[in-house]
Amino acid sequence: AALTAQLSLSLAECPGTGSAQAGRAAACQGCPNQGLCAAGAAGPDPAEAAELRARLRAVRHTVLVLSGKGGVGKSTFSALLAHGLAADETKQVALLDIDICGPSIPKIMGLEGEQVHQSGSGWSPVYVEENLGVMSVGFLLSSPDDAVIWRGPKKNGLIKQFLRDVDWGEVDYLIVDTPPGTSDEHLSIVQYLSATRIDGAVIVTTPQEVSLQDVRKEINFCRKVKLPIIGVVENMSGFVCPKCKNESQIFPPTTGGAEKMCQNLSVSLLGKVPLDPQIGKSCDSGQSFLAEAPESPATLSYRNIIQRIQEYCEQHHLQEEKIM
Amino acid sequence: TPAERANLAGVRHIVLVLSGKGGVGKSTLSTELALALRHAGKRVGILDVDLCGPSIPRMLRVQDSAVHQCDSGWVPVFVGQDKALALMSIGFLLERPDDAVVWRGPKKNALIKQFVTDVAWGELDFLIVDTPPGTSDEHISTVEALRPHQLLGAVLVTTPQ
Repeated sequence: AALTAQLSLSLAECPGTGSAQAGRAAACQGCPNQGLCAAGAAGPDPAEAAELRARLRAVRHTVLVLSGKGGVGKSTFSALLAHGLAADETKQVALLDIDICGPSIPKIMGLEGEQVHQSGSGWSPVYVEENLGVMSVGFLLSSPDDAVIWRGPKKNGLIKQFLRDVDWGEVDYLIVDTPPGTSDEHLSIVQYLSATRIDGAVIVTTPQEVSLQDVRKEINFCRKVKLPIIGVVENMSGFVCPKCKNESQIFPPTTGGAEKMCQNLSVSLLGKVPLDPQIGKSCDSGQSFLAEAPESPATLSYRNIIQRIQEYCEQHHLQEEKIM
Repeated sequence: TPAERANLAGVRHIVLVLSGKGGVGKSTLSTELALALRHAGKRVGILDVDLCGPSIPRMLRVQDSAVHQCDSGWVPVFVGQDKALALMSIGFLLERPDDAVVWRGPKKNALIKQFVTDVAWGELDFLIVDTPPGTSDEHISTVEALRPHQLLGAVLVTTPQ
């Protein structure tokens, strides 16, 4: 018990390298970065912040796709959200993959082997459709099996480059796919995107308690960094056998699933998506599941969720315009 | 250093459980492997270095346990009466189970180093190290901290897709 009390102070969250409290908060005691932060060396450089603001000025809506848990379908969902939004040819969609160690987006979008080109105006995203551009560290590797074994600061550097150096052009929706956790990538993206406005986060989970316990942490992370939560998506929510039509709970919601968690934490449940083996197959082959299986109950769920996200963003925008 | 070696001196085999991918069952496998080894009469420890998403305490139903100190360092949490399964995880150090550990790399590295050098494991046949997905701070720090010791090897977990 004594140890928990001793450590609880040091487990309080990092105030943020850019905050006025950087290096000075109680939580900073014992952190190896304390000296740097206290000296003001770790915060965002105002010139850099201005650069990011300029680059992101033409982005109308930004949605982060998060989870505390790995393997719940963040990348799958990010890709389908991007496809779904880009179905409207008048909208320009950008998909940014900041999972540096395990970038799944190139494969899921059918873009493996593509390379990033540089032009006078910066790095070019890789285009799946005319109105759907993608960026990922996957495009920068010489071989897809190359491991990116980087510590936090180097990952942060690349994420900053993705935002500063990629010429996204005019973007209606920027979707950011993240790795699991609440660490460097997450802190950095929230910090760097403060140059533009983040509409909110979509948090992905599966029904079982082992996932939910990590997702509750992610919800707390969002609250700590004042990131609005658009809502939660529950993936792998039941399975309907295509042969006998019997429904099974492959990942039983032993503690009430996302529904109960959302009620308890006053967060919106955007929808539940059932398991469909075609989803995994489409991801592996780089095709849009929505296009390959338009009749699947999972497609219907995804489409409803995408619409709710779109409505949230549009409403947000209207409210802001009213204020302005 | 002698102090660094001391707490792992009684550990015969160290096994890392890795994957690049999240959600494939690393923690599940680590837990089942530990339980199977204990059932076979071995003394086993699990070191959970997933700092953002520690799953092991709940899987062994000891999520409400606390960590105490002794002369040689931190006492791991024992599962069951026979004390044949010892566990260390950041999960035991949180004030509330839903508290997010929002740390950048350097702070994670410091705690992992402490987990490796400051936990008084005692005599163990196997120490299983459960890791988070990725190839980043936690993995680099864990391998570096364990380098002076007998690392048996890594088990890699995946799913078919």
